[in-house]
Amino acid sequence: MLSRVADSIYWLNRYVERAENVARFVDVNLNLLLDTPVTGFTEQWEPVMMTTGDKTLFQERYDEASAQNVLQFLTFDQEYPNSILSCVKSARENARAVRETISSEMWEQVNTFYLWVQEAAQAGTTEEHLYRFYPEVKMASHLFAGVMDATMAHNEGWHFGQLGRLLERADKTARILDVKYYILLPAVTDIGTPLDDLQWIALLKSASAYEMYRKRQRRVTPRSIAQFLLLDPEFPRSIQFSLLQAERSLHRITGTTLGSWSHDSERTLGRLRSELEYTTMDEVFESGLHEFLDKLQTQLNTVGEHIYEDFMAVPLAS
Amino acid sequence: MPCLDGYDPGDFFDELFMAAGTPRPAAAELVKRIESLSIEELQRRQQAAQNMLFKLGVTFNVYSDNQGTERIFPFDVIPRFVPYQEWELLERGLKQRIEALNCFIHDIYNDQKILNDKVIPREMIESATGFLEPCMGLQPPQKIWCHITGTDLIKDRDGSWYVLEDNLRCPSGVSYVLENRRVMKSSFPRFFDALDIQPVDDYASKLLDTLLNLAPSNLSDPCVVVLTPGIHNSAYFEHSFLAQQMGAQLVEGRDLVVTDGYLQMRTTKGLRQVDVIYRRIDDDFIDPMAFRADSMLGVSGLMEVYRQGRVAIANAPGTGVADDKMIYAYVPQMIRYYLNEEQLLPNVPTYLCADDKQREYVLAHLDELVVKATDASGGYGMLMGLHATEPERAAFAEKIKAKPRNYIAQPTLSLSRVPTLIDGQFEGCHVDLRPFILNGQDIYVNPGGLTRVALRRGSLVVNSSQGGGSKDTWVVKESSC
Repeated sequence: MLSRVADSIYWLNRYVERAENVARFVDVNLNLLLDTPVTGFTEQWEPVMMTTGDKTLFQERYDEASAQNVLQFLTFDQEYPNSILSCVKSARENARAVRETISSEMWEQVNTFYLWVQEAAQAGTTEEHLYRFYPEVKMASHLFAGVMDATMAHNEGWHFGQLGRLLERADKTARILDVKYYILLPAVTDIGTPLDDLQWIALLKSASAYEMYRKRQRRVTPRSIAQFLLLDPEFPRSIQFSLLQAERSLHRITGTTLGSWSHDSERTLGRLRSELEYTTMDEVFESGLHEFLDKLQTQLNTVGEHIYEDFMAVPLAS
Repeated sequence: MPCLDGYDPGDFFDELFMAAGTPRPAAAELVKRIESLSIEELQRRQQAAQNMLFKLGVTFNVYSDNQGTERIFPFDVIPRFVPYQEWELLERGLKQRIEALNCFIHDIYNDQKILNDKVIPREMIESATGFLEPCMGLQPPQKIWCHITGTDLIKDRDGSWYVLEDNLRCPSGVSYVLENRRVMKSSFPRFFDALDIQPVDDYASKLLDTLLNLAPSNLSDPCVVVLTPGIHNSAYFEHSFLAQQMGAQLVEGRDLVVTDGYLQMRTTKGLRQVDVIYRRIDDDFIDPMAFRADSMLGVSGLMEVYRQGRVAIANAPGTGVADDKMIYAYVPQMIRYYLNEEQLLPNVPTYLCADDKQREYVLAHLDELVVKATDASGGYGMLMGLHATEPERAAFAEKIKAKPRNYIAQPTLSLSRVPTLIDGQFEGCHVDLRPFILNGQDIYVNPGGLTRVALRRGSLVVNSSQGGGSKDTWVVKESSC
């Protein structure tokens, strides 16, 4: 497979997954705010900004983290490369460059997705409409993944796509879990109160994890929620699950047996996955959840860099 | 009231009507089917068809548009109709023309017999911008140079067909033929079961056969690629579409590299040899070492690999010389010279400005002629004398006098018309036809071709870059009507 084509399929999937997860961030906050006491407490949009890691970009162009500004920035801002609109546009550009490799159905889905988001951007969507908009972004992304799974041969290109999607998902689940770190409770004494619980439940819901969590755990506690999103081996949005599947795709691409490595990308991803496998929640909380997630994101970036070097940046001469 | 009742074919050759209210016998069944639908229904289906094309991404890019946005080639649901008997004549004429042109290209890059015998003046060839010195002596596989051709045809007021121009370099438009048909089938399935319409869908298979025919016979699984300038090219959709339909790899120049004397592409598992290129970039961009040094689209060293016979290229570099409109004028002589036959499908009468007498005539009759630059295409660089202003004509006369070799002139033809749905009513719009011809083990003409339609009222310019649209083209066997 052409290196350029592998790169485009990888990014096509990363961008679709990214758009979906931006919708998840925003959605969790919109829902949290509905449950927050109205009096004496201002809307918090700062935490969502913090988790994107692009706070500086935001501050360069907007004066305050008001609901309107943050929503515009994350959803429809054309200048911001990680807004939903920009992500879907980049996904489509990548798809357009490999239309002959992916299935027609995949192209149609990503093209329709883009035309729809663009129309919403131009229509000047009101905040009320946005409550419906974000769930639909999630559905469009699921639809794309489903169409890809059911119409494209599960060949090398497909595995590059999976790799892109799963690494992006692992990164974003880490960030969603991190949102809670930045959200302030009205008072320290509110920790462990119904309000605190509500926030944790909203967080689970934003990862589509609430129902699956309930089947495993009876009580809502920060520890078991973190454990579920980090380490659950069966839930498809948990970091552990995403890395395990990403590693399988990577080994299908290279042909190296699992448990060994021939490329740096295999080595770094394999190490990260097994480290996580043998981590206990005590260790996570000992180092601090936020710090743990931060380190994890850095390691994921390293894996991404190695994938680029191993497969995309093929040198000129043999 | 039947929706075509008020339609006036006017003083033109109309492809569907002999006179107002009287359909041509061959087209009667089609007219009946169209009239079974209300104008609102037709408009609704037209809109649905356009939406479908947009969703499928059947688009072209507009060079001047900074937004980088794509547009669909406007599509009209009323098909262009070609009776099968006429088609047989066109098919024979096109095969003859392609055979002669191929002999000509091979000859001028090798023995130059036609020049030595003074059938065509030597300076005409040597002054042609498409004549590429580095191609001298090339021997492409099976001596085929023009594998894929799109020849533009028109029908005049009296119903006779003419060849308007040849496109041998990298003609585009065949993807619209295939996609228009797909859209028509889903919009008007009932039309298809009543008429014996010649299918077009085997084009991609025939194209792949044509390309595989070029690969060295000792290879069991030759690697065929489509070379595109990239996603910003106006015809990118087509490049990608054809690659997809053939199951070939779509590559850009940056994916390719010449190593160890072979052309290779960069893959996730290292370099892999390429055996056949269907190139969709112009001759002079193919190889910056042999042609334009500033080309970012081609591959350095490709021409040397080609010369060694280690890769096949379709169409062969150098083929563009036959797109020169001055050389077009000599096709009847070529047919006589190489095939010893008379031309079946005539050229439009053409005046060569390089000839003193003919130039004098052209300058004296600028107000009735169409003047074209010999090395331009796409409707650029031309003067429509009839519609131009006096100062425009005077300015053009100066250009002709300064560089007579660069211009030819033809009478203003009255292109045939087809009813076309515009703003809720039918108008007669001028059309041309570009059939696609493949030259492999034998010569194949895809039945029909791309019908381009001038959507601006009264306009004769059908190019997509100049406000044209397209229609599905139906070659219909009459026995079934």
